[in-house]
Formats: sequence, C-alpha cells, structure tokens
Amino acid sequence: MVSVKASGLGPSVGANGETPSGILFDRVTKTFKDGTVAVEEFSTAVAPGEFVAIVGPSGCGKSTLLRIASGLTAATSGSVRADQDSLGYVFQDPTLLPWRTTLRNIELFAELHDLPKEERRRRAADAIVLTGLEGFETHRPRALSGGMRMRVSLARSLALQPNVFLFDEPFGALDEITRERLNGELLRIFEQQRFAGLLVTHSVSEAVYLSDRVLVMSPRPGRVVAEVAVPLERPRRDSLRFDPEFVRLTRTVSDALRQEYQ
Amino acid sequence: MTTLANPPEVKSEAPSVVIVPGDPGPRPMSQARHRLRKAVSLVVPPFFVLAVIIGFWYFMSYVVLDAERRFLLPPPQQVLETGFLNWQNFSQILIGLWISARVAFVGLGISIVLGMSFAIAMSQARWVERSFYPWAVIVQTVPILALVPLIGFWFQYGFTSRTIVCVMISLFPIITNTLFGLKSVDRGHHDLFTLHRAGRFRRLWKLQLPAALPAIFTGFRIAAGLSVIGAIVGDFFFQQGQAGIGRMIDNYTESLQSQQLFAAVIMAVLLGLSIFWAFGLLGRLVVGSWHESAHHVEDDS
Repeated sequence: MVSVKASGLGPSVGANGETPSGILFDRVTKTFKDGTVAVEEFSTAVAPGEFVAIVGPSGCGKSTLLRIASGLTAATSGSVRADQDSLGYVFQDPTLLPWRTTLRNIELFAELHDLPKEERRRRAADAIVLTGLEGFETHRPRALSGGMRMRVSLARSLALQPNVFLFDEPFGALDEITRERLNGELLRIFEQQRFAGLLVTHSVSEAVYLSDRVLVMSPRPGRVVAEVAVPLERPRRDSLRFDPEFVRLTRTVSDALRQEYQ
Repeated sequence: MTTLANPPEVKSEAPSVVIVPGDPGPRPMSQARHRLRKAVSLVVPPFFVLAVIIGFWYFMSYVVLDAERRFLLPPPQQVLETGFLNWQNFSQILIGLWISARVAFVGLGISIVLGMSFAIAMSQARWVERSFYPWAVIVQTVPILALVPLIGFWFQYGFTSRTIVCVMISLFPIITNTLFGLKSVDRGHHDLFTLHRAGRFRRLWKLQLPAALPAIFTGFRIAAGLSVIGAIVGDFFFQQGQAGIGRMIDNYTESLQSQQLFAAVIMAVLLGLSIFWAFGLLGRLVVGSWHESAHHVEDDS
C-alpha cells in the first residue's frame, strides 16, 4: 500500500469516527452471488464539506461502493453510514424521465419526498439557476444535448439540497470540452453548497481538480492502494489545471494507478 | 494596409485558420420542397395501388366475367350507384354499421378496462401474473367459434353475446402490451424511485404507467381493429334484435345483392380503419412529444 499523504489536510473526522452528515465506510466488503469479490475491506470517511474522489480501473467496484452508500445495494460485510434522507446521487446515465420537461424532471425527487409545491418550485428554480438551465425549463430530454441532460440530472439532486452527494462517473460520456465546463460548474456548486461529496471517475485530472482527497483503487477485488491529499486552495479557478502543484498531484495519482496495472 | 497575397475578406492576422468554402447553408426553398416531396411520396404510392386495383376490378368484371355471371363482381360504378348513392340502400347499411360499431365500442371499452386492470395487477405481484397469465392465453387461443353456441345459450342471442365475443377477441393484446410496457421500465429509473423510497402506488403512477404508454397505445390500436372483427363475428352468430353489418353482409350474400354486399364490406373496412387511425392519432397526441417512435416512423398504419 502506497500512502502518499500530504500533511495538514487529512479527513476532518472526529476522533470517535462520528460523521454527523458525512459518509462513513467501515471495512465494507461486497461479494456478488457468483462469488466475485467486488470490494474488499474498504474504509474511509467523507466529512461534511469534504469532496473525495475514487479513481481506479474498470470493474474495481467503485460504482458498487456508491450503490452501497446510497442503500441501493447491501454490503456483504462491514457497515456504511450516510444520511440517506438527504442524499443526492448522479448516475453515469442521466436517467431523466422522457415524458417530463426539464422543470418537472428537476422537481421529481422533491415530489417523492413530499415537499410542498411552492417549496418544490422554489428549489427547482434555484437548481435551474445553479446549473445554467434557464430557458430550457419546458424542453423534454430528447430535445437536450448530452451535457444539458447531465445538468438536469445534477439539478434534480441539487433541488433536494442534499448533505451527501454521490457522483458515479457523471461526465464519462461527454466530450472533453463539455466535461471540463461541467467540472468547473460542479466545483463552483460544491464550493457554494459544501455537501459531503464522493465522486467515482476514470479521469485523474477531474479527480484532482474537484477533490480534497483522491483514493486510488486496485483492480478487482477493489482495495484502496493509495490516498493522495489535494491541498489546493479553494475557491479553485479554471487555470488551476496549468498550476505546477496541480500537475504534480495528477502525476502522483497517475503513478499510483499505473503501479496497480503492472 | 497589408499588400500580402491574402484576399481582403480573409483576416490576415489569423493565418493558421483556414476558412474552407463549404456548404452555403440550407436554401430557403429546400425545406418546403423537401416537405412537399415527402408528402407526395407518402400519398402517391397507395393511390397508385388503388388505381391498379380498380383497373383490375374493371378487367375482371367486364373481360373475365360474362354478363350472366357479372353479379359475382359488379363493376365499381354499379357498387357506387346501388350501394352508396341509393339513399334507401345506403341508410340501411349505415344503420347496420352503427349497430356493429356500438358493439365494437362497448366491447373495446370493456377490454381496455379489464385488460389494463389485469395487466396492472399482474405487474404488481409475481404470483398474480403466474396465476392469471395462462388463463389469458387460454381465452386467446380457444377457438371462439367453438364457444359461440355456449355464449348464445347462456347470454341470449343479442347485444350482450355480441359484446362478449368482441371482448374475448380484443382483450389479449391489451393485457400483453400493457404488461410488457409496465415491466420493461428502465432499471436506472427504478433505482431513482427506490433511492427516494417511493411506494408501490407512486412507482406505478409516476413511473410505470407513463413509461408503458407507448406499448399501451400499441395494444389499444391492435385491439381496436380486433373489436370490429369481433363485432362482425358476433353479428353472424347472434341475430336477435337489430341486424348489424355482419348480419346484413350475410343477408346480401343470400339474396345475391352483390352491389350492396360490396358497399357493406367497404363500409365495415372503413369502420375498422377509422377506429385504428383514431387510436393511432390519440397515441401520437399523448406520447408523441417525448417518445422516439412518433418521430422515426412516419406512418405505421
């Protein structure tokens, strides 16, 4: 296990492991019915206001971890604590309901949580502004581009004002330019809302750009093989990508990843 | 001013960007013309086939059949004159058509309510599906003609029996299409509802039913066509009360009134077509704004 931990910016979790509204994984293992071990002994804590990214090869159980945190999948052993009543979850696929307009899609979760109509409308309106969807309220998903659909998916969870926010390779299917732009917007939203964020991604630069800490996972069975703290100041700017410190950190993460492939 | 070789309209300060003269953009006329051509290509082929059929019809009536046997296939203008333009004959056909249409409408309505209820119940619990689906298949596969005497025996030979036959014929596609639609909801969408702890009823109302609408309307359309067939089959066998179009087709055959016979057949076909089209149109109105099928298939009738 490579431990590349910079000083000063560890996970800000209390000594007794209490996470009032963050995420806590305690020795989580997931074995599927066919016997494959997806994740093994995974432990980490994401504090409120902290953004953590998990990078790793395909099939290392990263997405499974998010499903476990959200309660969609049960862990085989170990435990997870996350505020599941205030949880945002953005999937790889935007999963919008095709018969609903942008506005009505954004209202969906608030509807399922029985928020009163006025509150729903107000929150949806806020989320629309945050994600730059003004003017697209009455469009149906089929009339939106891939990037816009992802914005709607993001806004839908934002309207819940979640304490915990899970992102499962949300921008993986987008082109580079759209992806970088949405990275910037997500960064801005996080710095404004300060939820506990957990991002699963294949992109090293996306991971470093957004997070306070990057976990590198091994191929199946997925274990954490390196943890890289990202002590870059917030608020972060777009030009950060050309900062020597940023480049050094991406390199550290890439090296840790590459070691796993050998 | 620079006197380089650059033509004046190309900005000389960005020599690395080459403007490729390409597509001048859509011309204003092209779209309207395109639409017209599409409309023509939709309308012309079926009318061409119609013309061929009518030509063939004339050929059969006047060339193949001699005068004594011409009643087997009266030429089109005779069908038009005696069947459609003679008000006494035509009004008789219309009344019969209305009687059958009423059976078809009522039967279709019952099929829709019954079929959707069964499908929804089956989608909610595996044991309901396991218990009832085989019976739905049996009702569909039982030769309806074998049951006809029984139905008449139990329910008399009038409206009720005709409607029952109509329901038995048109029920199955509604059950299968609705069930298929309810069960093929995207897994990711189900996850959303699970994640936010939606109950059974909400999942059905806000997710499964809307997602199933395209399939449901496909079922309606198939059932609509079948309900007309069911009504006409019912007419043939249950002849108590006012005669439906099926009974009249039978009568015209027996009395060799072939002009009226042809007119009645044509009207029965038009009834089936118009119900089929009406449901197609309704489906497009309800689902067309979001479902792919309405945009890729130009005309599926």
